[in-house]
Amino acid sequence: MNLRNQWYAFSTLVIKEYNRIVRIWIQTIVPPAITMTLYFIIFGSLIGRRIGEMDGYDYMQFIAPGLIMLSVITNSYGNVVSSFFGAKFGRHIEEMLVSPMPNYLILLGHVAGGVIRGLFVGAIVTVVALFFTRLHVQHPLIVLSTVILTAIVFALGGFINAVFAKKFDDISIVPTFVLTPLTYLGGVFYSISLLPEFWQAVSRANPILYMVNAFRYGVLGTSDIPIGTAYAIIFVAIGLLYTFSLYLLNKGIGIRE
Amino acid sequence: MKALELKNLSKTYPNGVQALTGIDLSVEEGDFFALLGPNGAGKSTTIGIVTSLVTKTGGTATIFGHDIDRDFSAAKACIGLVPQELNLNQFEKVESIVATQGGYYGLPRGLALERAEKYLRELQLWDRRHDIARSLSGGMKRRLMIARALVHEPRLLILDEPTAGVDIEIRRSMWAFLRKVNAAGVTIILTTHYLEEAENLCRNVAIIDQGRIIENDRMSRVLRKLQMETFVLTLEHELDAAPRLDDYDTRLVDPLTLEADVHSGRDINELFRALSAAGIRVVAMRNKANRLEELFMRLVEQKKDGRAA
Repeated sequence: MNLRNQWYAFSTLVIKEYNRIVRIWIQTIVPPAITMTLYFIIFGSLIGRRIGEMDGYDYMQFIAPGLIMLSVITNSYGNVVSSFFGAKFGRHIEEMLVSPMPNYLILLGHVAGGVIRGLFVGAIVTVVALFFTRLHVQHPLIVLSTVILTAIVFALGGFINAVFAKKFDDISIVPTFVLTPLTYLGGVFYSISLLPEFWQAVSRANPILYMVNAFRYGVLGTSDIPIGTAYAIIFVAIGLLYTFSLYLLNKGIGIRE
Repeated sequence: MKALELKNLSKTYPNGVQALTGIDLSVEEGDFFALLGPNGAGKSTTIGIVTSLVTKTGGTATIFGHDIDRDFSAAKACIGLVPQELNLNQFEKVESIVATQGGYYGLPRGLALERAEKYLRELQLWDRRHDIARSLSGGMKRRLMIARALVHEPRLLILDEPTAGVDIEIRRSMWAFLRKVNAAGVTIILTTHYLEEAENLCRNVAIIDQGRIIENDRMSRVLRKLQMETFVLTLEHELDAAPRLDDYDTRLVDPLTLEADVHSGRDINELFRALSAAGIRVVAMRNKANRLEELFMRLVEQKKDGRAA
């Protein structure tokens, strides 16, 4: 397959993923928009008024970047894990496996689908946030790069989950027991400076903290952690997860007999 | 040129089941080839290895000279697969399924849509192009999988039980279509449980049993190996008992139906002469069992007996 044919194969897979997101919009787009609206109403508007300021910003402004990132993380992960596992379960993954499309394109096509949904939902949550607060983006490039790179990290994570999943229960275990706790404890709702020293140190072991804070820095100009460290962690995570995902595909683990 | 060449191909599953025990098989370009065998014989494993859905544990497989390990992209580009089990995205539209498969083979979108229209029209599915796969009947889904397998115009089309669960009318129309595809130069490998289908369509046949090829020859030569055929004769007048004929065993099924065993080497005309001499007139005749089916069962039984001995 020459490069041009590879491009056609890749774009076909991306279009298919995009069409899937749009086709089942009631499952992919609407729920996060409703959930985030409730977060803004309850935590931002009702409870937030009593909390006052956080790191010099009113509470609604402080949590808005975290909630946008939370939706990007869960949706980029959720899109790939459900799409790839669904293809495995329905066996139409064989359409790709019998074709001459290289494994890395199968991986990149699904990751692109995850990033598209992450950005799509992130944009909708941003619009919802603007109904409740004002956001003046301080560093647009940091905002854009962190949101895309984070979506890539979690799309890759969703892919690995889907490869190992054998039943539908398996695709909800990681989001429920790992992803959600790490995200909630990753500085979405609070600054870690509020925590005692020990718990600050524990929080710093959570990679999601770095992603949320890098994004928050891009929007508000404030962060609990150095931005350079955040980028380093994101790039290392992408490198490791991509290498492992490709290894699984090349070995046929979970997808070939 | 050989469309497919398997050398010492073996597969042992992680649970220890040896599905293939080093099979050798070759299929010439342009052939219409039948791969037959009972359930669990290794047919689908062989096809799975050739199409890279199953990883082999030993041996080599080449498609039009392309090794599936070293030159997998070129090898895969030559193959179109119609799998045994339905593997369609049930919620995707018919046209999209076919065009998307074309895209995976590197076709630009416009050409993939053009080819999708061509094959959906040929397989009488064009009117259903905007429907989702789930809404199609079983026969339509089978035809959709054939259209999907042809969209990149492969040189080798592999059909793993393509007419399973399809009514006879649609089956025959699929046969006509496959003959046309083969006449256009596409090599076809077919596995089927309908042995009549293999006998009707295929020029060469391999029979696989317990992971080994037990017969591989021209269909006509394989059929010649039949030792005996049983014919069912419909009589003009009722009989009370089966007639005693030299060289032929006969049984009366009902007063108007007679079964006669004809051993290989015997002339069927002699049977009719003997019946006429006995004053019996035959108005119709058919094979009791499909000839290939009879041979197939005998070969499988012989191998089992051989192993038991």
